[in-house]
Amino acid sequence: MLRRLHHDQPESFAFTPANQAWAEAQITKYPEDRAASAIIPILWRAQEQDGWLSRPAIEYVANMLGMAYIRALEVASFYFMFQLAPVGNVAHIQVCGTTSCMICGAEDLISVCREKISHKPHQLSEDGSLSWEEVECLGACSNAPMVQIGKDYYEDLSARRFGEIIDELGLGKTPVPGPQSGRFASEPATGLTSLEGYISDRVEKNASVQLAISHCDTVRRIDGTEFPLLTPWRSKVKKPLPKTKHDSPRKSKTAK
Amino acid sequence: MTDLKKIDIDGREIEVDGAMTLIQACEEAGVEIPRFCYHERLSIAGNCRMCLVEVVGGPPKPTASCAMQVRDLRPGPEGQPPQVRTNSSMVKKAREGVMEFLLINHPLDCPICDQGGECDLQDQAMAYGVDFSRFREIKRASTDLDLGPLVETHMTRCISCTRCVRFTTEVAGITQMGQTGRGEDAEITSYLGETLQSNLQGNIIDLCPVGALTSKPYAFNARPWELTKTETIDVMDAMCSNIRVDTKGREVMRILPRNNYGVNEEWISDKTRFVWDGLRRQRLDRPYIREDDKLRVASWNEALSKVAGTIKGCAKLVGLVGDLTSVEAAYALKTLVEAQGGHVECRTDRSKLPQKNRSAYVGTATIEDIEEAKFIQLIGTNPRDEAPVLNSRIRKAWLQGAKINLVGEVADLTYDYEHVGFDKMALSNLIGREYDATTGSPSVVIVGQGAICDADGEAVLSNTMQLADKMGAKFMVLHAAAGRVGAMDVDACTKGGLDVALDGADVIYNLGADELDIADGAFVIYQGSHGDRGAHRADVILPAAAYTEENAMFVNTEGRPQMALRAGFAPGDAKENWAILRALSGEIDAPLPYDSLAQLRNDLIKAHPHLAVLDEVAENDWAPLPLSQLKAGELKNIIRNFYLTNPITRASSLMAELSSLSKQNGSKKVAAE
Repeated sequence: MLRRLHHDQPESFAFTPANQAWAEAQITKYPEDRAASAIIPILWRAQEQDGWLSRPAIEYVANMLGMAYIRALEVASFYFMFQLAPVGNVAHIQVCGTTSCMICGAEDLISVCREKISHKPHQLSEDGSLSWEEVECLGACSNAPMVQIGKDYYEDLSARRFGEIIDELGLGKTPVPGPQSGRFASEPATGLTSLEGYISDRVEKNASVQLAISHCDTVRRIDGTEFPLLTPWRSKVKKPLPKTKHDSPRKSKTAK
Repeated sequence: MTDLKKIDIDGREIEVDGAMTLIQACEEAGVEIPRFCYHERLSIAGNCRMCLVEVVGGPPKPTASCAMQVRDLRPGPEGQPPQVRTNSSMVKKAREGVMEFLLINHPLDCPICDQGGECDLQDQAMAYGVDFSRFREIKRASTDLDLGPLVETHMTRCISCTRCVRFTTEVAGITQMGQTGRGEDAEITSYLGETLQSNLQGNIIDLCPVGALTSKPYAFNARPWELTKTETIDVMDAMCSNIRVDTKGREVMRILPRNNYGVNEEWISDKTRFVWDGLRRQRLDRPYIREDDKLRVASWNEALSKVAGTIKGCAKLVGLVGDLTSVEAAYALKTLVEAQGGHVECRTDRSKLPQKNRSAYVGTATIEDIEEAKFIQLIGTNPRDEAPVLNSRIRKAWLQGAKINLVGEVADLTYDYEHVGFDKMALSNLIGREYDATTGSPSVVIVGQGAICDADGEAVLSNTMQLADKMGAKFMVLHAAAGRVGAMDVDACTKGGLDVALDGADVIYNLGADELDIADGAFVIYQGSHGDRGAHRADVILPAAAYTEENAMFVNTEGRPQMALRAGFAPGDAKENWAILRALSGEIDAPLPYDSLAQLRNDLIKAHPHLAVLDEVAENDWAPLPLSQLKAGELKNIIRNFYLTNPITRASSLMAELSSLSKQNGSKKVAAE
């Protein structure tokens, strides 16, 4: 897929104050002249905040890290998980289309997307709330077919249940992630065959779903206030941010 | 410290530095490995996979020889040296496979491709590829980029070797080019479609192993096998880069760099590469004589006898040696003029280079010294404009950790530097600094022509030399004119400089000096190749050969004499410079004592023995000028417009276009700030 910057770009980009602090903290994880190493986490946070990476966002991050714009664009365009076009303002749905899911009905899920969201992937639904794409294996093969919505997996889907999930999302609700067939996790679909003795001890939902429920960040746009900043070394040594100078292809910094 | 390792290549055991890559070791063993992305002077990418070799006992798959070091190979069970095979069936199959993949998306448009005949892909497909393809799908096509007026792009032909990206970021120091996307959709792009802003960009044309990046001015002009190739020397800047001039008939079709590690590595500036259209325009092809304030065509006999008559009856004769003049011509002019009781002068920009002190007008540093320097002090110079290839050396030193200081005008030099100050006070303050830290580590002080061209120039020169002395640094005078060092070497100077020489002169023999205004009054004879400023102020014009049209010697800014060879003949009646002077000397009954260029050179070498050793930098005895007091004032750079510095560039329409583009870009930048 040819990935280029979207034709319609916003004027500017800025991190929320909390995200800005988070991003600056990430840079301190690397040696001072290696700030560029932080590019992927910071681009990812920019995408978590806005849903996609705009040109101003890429340039903002490049400036933060003292990189040439083209170097940041190279990274952003290389990784398919970076969205270079706007996504639905409620959720972006990633349908796994690789072997296991395909065999178990991913194509039906894609038809649901075509019908309910937009005919083509990477296009917004009419109200701009949803978008979808087909992705490569997301590693939940034993719960095929599955989709990823925001941060979480919706597994063991049927076309009907998937349609319901999309409808619920449209109504502003967040359906509970995890297996949709009543399964706990990825145990055999026909029931446990071993370790049955532990069933009584287990909690209601599997750990991943528990987290999703407690954090409520499945489709949430991240502004940095969700979690405390965990970089204890920062309070001890206050490292200055790298100045905006170009990386190895750097332009001379002229002293005035 | 080198750790030598034994390695067995195709059954031949050799000993090489362990830090060498396999491809270099194979080269050492005399085995050529095909490659596309690997290039000696660029970082290693390892993405074309053409250089696969078999490492016996290593992983059961071919290894990219450009990215594997000799020391990383494991010895055999009994400690035998590791074995590398470059002719096994595995290697053959791997090369065929890689070639088939590379050709999948490569168009079969060789007949209309400018690279045809000198294309790495074409040659290697013939040598290492197969004669079929199993690819039945549709080929990918890519949109072309607009990189400016020099580099034409056909991105469908691109095989994504990324040499151009690596060159522009590493050597040229610009940040426009990159490779976006991945897999089949990976594309070489410039950020937001920007054009390239570098005066070294032409080199990516040579680097591109296929026809994706070709020369726009040369497009569809000639095929490589029709061209006559002449290895010669460039005169567009004082680097005197080693070039190859390709001619078809009598016209220069293109100019390419040659390898010379000591001078230009294998890069040349855009001015050097693309100036050739200036060799066709505005040429002086017949002698002219001014009558009633109009120039009229004359014959050689008429022109020479007119000049001879004037010289014989003159009170004060002055010879001016221009920026592009060869050593032989300067020497011949000096002999001729001084025999008539006159003087010659080559410092037409009024620079205060001292006579006969080679360590002060050339310096003691070589261009290679720059690369090894840990500290470089620039004074009144913008090497990016004055010698772009030298600037890439400074950048190379900077990438290896050198610290760079600048006194003088602020400019974007493609690397970070500490700006010490604008004026001469900053320079004299520098001498006051302590240099314990830098003593012992190699350092270079480079002074530009701009700094020593005003009235105070000698003081600036003495201060920089004293600074170099104090730092224990090597010293380099960065010249702007290719002919200057040679002319200084034959001492084509008048005591007191240009103004003393011109004072009261009634006949001026102007040998290609176009960068100065000659006041009214004197009778001016202009001998040169182009109808430029000098010819406009001439009373007699004697048409001469340009630098690609005669055999001549040039001495570059580090003092390296090099021989330029004739690539084609001068147009019309134009003659070689030394021959004109010889003919004229006969006409004034004071014949020069040589009848051929070889005799001239014998004479020249007898008088200046250090010019006998070509392509070597003679060591100069360090004789710093005594420290003298600096006056107040700012240091100015000599080059105001990189693309228009001599008559040939001013005759070139491409240089005019580049100059106006760079002006536009310059003003855009100011507006953005």
